[in-house]
Amino acid sequence: MREIIEVEHLVKKFGDLIAVDDVSFKVVEGEIFGFLGPNGAGKTTTINILCTLMRPTAGRASLNGFDVVRQQNEVRRSLGLVFQDPSLDIKLSALQNLEFHAGVYNIPRSVSRERIEEVLKMLDLWDRRKDVVQHFSGGMRRRLEIGRGLLHYPKVLFLDEPTLGLDPQTRFHIWNYIIELRKRENITIFLTTHYMDEATVADRIAIIDHGKIIALDTPDALKRMVGGDIVTLKAENAEAAVEEIRHHYNIEAQRGSEGIFFEVQNGEEFIPTLVNNFKSGLYSISVRRPTLDDVFMKLTGREIREEEGGAAVMKKQWAMRQARGGGTRFH
Amino acid sequence: MNNLRGVYIVWYRDLLRFWRDRARLISSFIMPFLFLVIFGTGIASSVMGRAGDGDFDYIQFMYPGIIGMVVLFTSIMTGVSVVWDREFGFLKEVLVAPISRTSVAIGKALGGATIATIQGIFMLVFIPFAHVSMTVGEAFLLIALMFVFSLSLTSMGLFIASRIKSMEAFQVVVQMVLFPLFFLSPAMFPTQFLPAWLGTAVKFNPVSYGIDSLRQVVLGSQESAMFGIELFGYRMPIVLDIAVVALFGIIMGTLAIRSFRVQE
Ligand SMILES: Nc1ncnc2c1ncn2[C@@H]1O[C@H](COP(=O)(O)OP(=O)(O)OP(=O)(O)O)[C@@H](O)[C@H]1O
Ligand SMILES: [Mg+2]
Repeated sequence: MREIIEVEHLVKKFGDLIAVDDVSFKVVEGEIFGFLGPNGAGKTTTINILCTLMRPTAGRASLNGFDVVRQQNEVRRSLGLVFQDPSLDIKLSALQNLEFHAGVYNIPRSVSRERIEEVLKMLDLWDRRKDVVQHFSGGMRRRLEIGRGLLHYPKVLFLDEPTLGLDPQTRFHIWNYIIELRKRENITIFLTTHYMDEATVADRIAIIDHGKIIALDTPDALKRMVGGDIVTLKAENAEAAVEEIRHHYNIEAQRGSEGIFFEVQNGEEFIPTLVNNFKSGLYSISVRRPTLDDVFMKLTGREIREEEGGAAVMKKQWAMRQARGGGTRFH
Repeated sequence: MNNLRGVYIVWYRDLLRFWRDRARLISSFIMPFLFLVIFGTGIASSVMGRAGDGDFDYIQFMYPGIIGMVVLFTSIMTGVSVVWDREFGFLKEVLVAPISRTSVAIGKALGGATIATIQGIFMLVFIPFAHVSMTVGEAFLLIALMFVFSLSLTSMGLFIASRIKSMEAFQVVVQMVLFPLFFLSPAMFPTQFLPAWLGTAVKFNPVSYGIDSLRQVVLGSQESAMFGIELFGYRMPIVLDIAVVALFGIIMGTLAIRSFRVQE
């Protein structure tokens, strides 16, 4: 098992702001490595340093054995990237965008022609290949960007929120292709995402907050940190309910966007007991296995998206992407 | 090899975009046409046309200036395209690609210069309007000059664009640089009658030498002698004009390449 990404004490400051704060980790060849964290945690900044777009303030990092500061050309040759923000030439057609990419990555003509066809068909864009990207929908553009990132079969593929704004079917479809390609070409994948289910495709996940890695393990091991099951309930009087749970079961319940929630062993057996004895009015109750959200909550005391309000913000982010990249503002 | 391929691909993309942009192709005729036919006729029929000794033909005079104007303004568009690429994110795709930053900058400069030269060549259709005649050899020399001139100017545009990150700021800088470069040159009026302080500014303006070289080819060096630039009492010959333009281009090109290589 070779370490294909090595990061040691990496720091990136923007003025007074410390975007990446003494981060160290290693990624093994062939692995899917996930970066999970709230907005502004430093995920994109770390990727920018690893792919030579930014210079670290301190620390060192290498990719495929090459130093990201001193051996930039070699590093660039080893990686593929799907940026978080739009990065297509919207004045060119889908085909021309891919041909440009094949050109700069030195894929021979005969190979690139086949591969472009394969990728465009997989992404359901083959019929639209000659259309100017400007006329594409947001989802179509995103698909094209993903296809472009994969086109040259990089050693390491960075996916920065790759499926933001795509419908579940398309996400599923694209992931199948990526995972298949990874096996076939032994590609290492570095992923950042806000979708919890997407994060669980990762072999290992680093949870990052305020520029620091606060946990790094397999998804299952991370979830085990939470301990038991998560019980969520909605009550007539939230305060009274929290108080009652504390009094009767000695459990410190918390209030979040979904309602009141707490951890407990054997949630299914606990619920009937709770319901039978509950004094306050109860609207709903449910039990579930812990998710990575809960892990983040456990580690930081915050919900991963509480400052943003979940789905609504994702829509907003997506709208911003659209506004920025979809611009017919400039001629 | 890798670097050459990079230059070629970056250059090719700019040409593709130019070719696709029909609106720009058409508009590239309209401005010069308005200048030559309306502005030119207007001036020629008023004070300036009459002030000469009878054989001063203003439209003939301004024609090489208009070619210079087209080359100047089109070249600056290369800088605009870099700022756009940054704004739309495409620049990142270019900057993480395994081609050197130097070849990106050179490809961009060559692409912009090619487009500017093509637009300059379009101006040759106005030859009949401008009461000038040229041999085929002169036409080729003119085209070569346009290319050297525009390569210098695209390098300058790239240098500015590599320093200035937002479209708004770039537009401000362009207004502050482009218009003085244009008006403080012999493009639209003979400069030998200017007051000394303006006349000096003209001599410090590299664009003046580019325009002068175009005029020497179009009108012939004898006929254009009276409009030429004088340094230390000597009239600049075409070779020295070109040398000034080329030197300016080399300085700008070096600066542009250097600042393209700087990382955030
Ligand atoms: N070029 C820059 N100049 C100044 N500050 C920056 C720059 N890029 C990022 N930052 C700051 O660094 C911090 C980390 O940003 P980064 O983009 O890495 O976050 P992220 O984890 O990718 O967040 P998101 O989930 O929203 O994409 C933020 O506070 C951001 O404002
Ligand atoms: Mg990000």
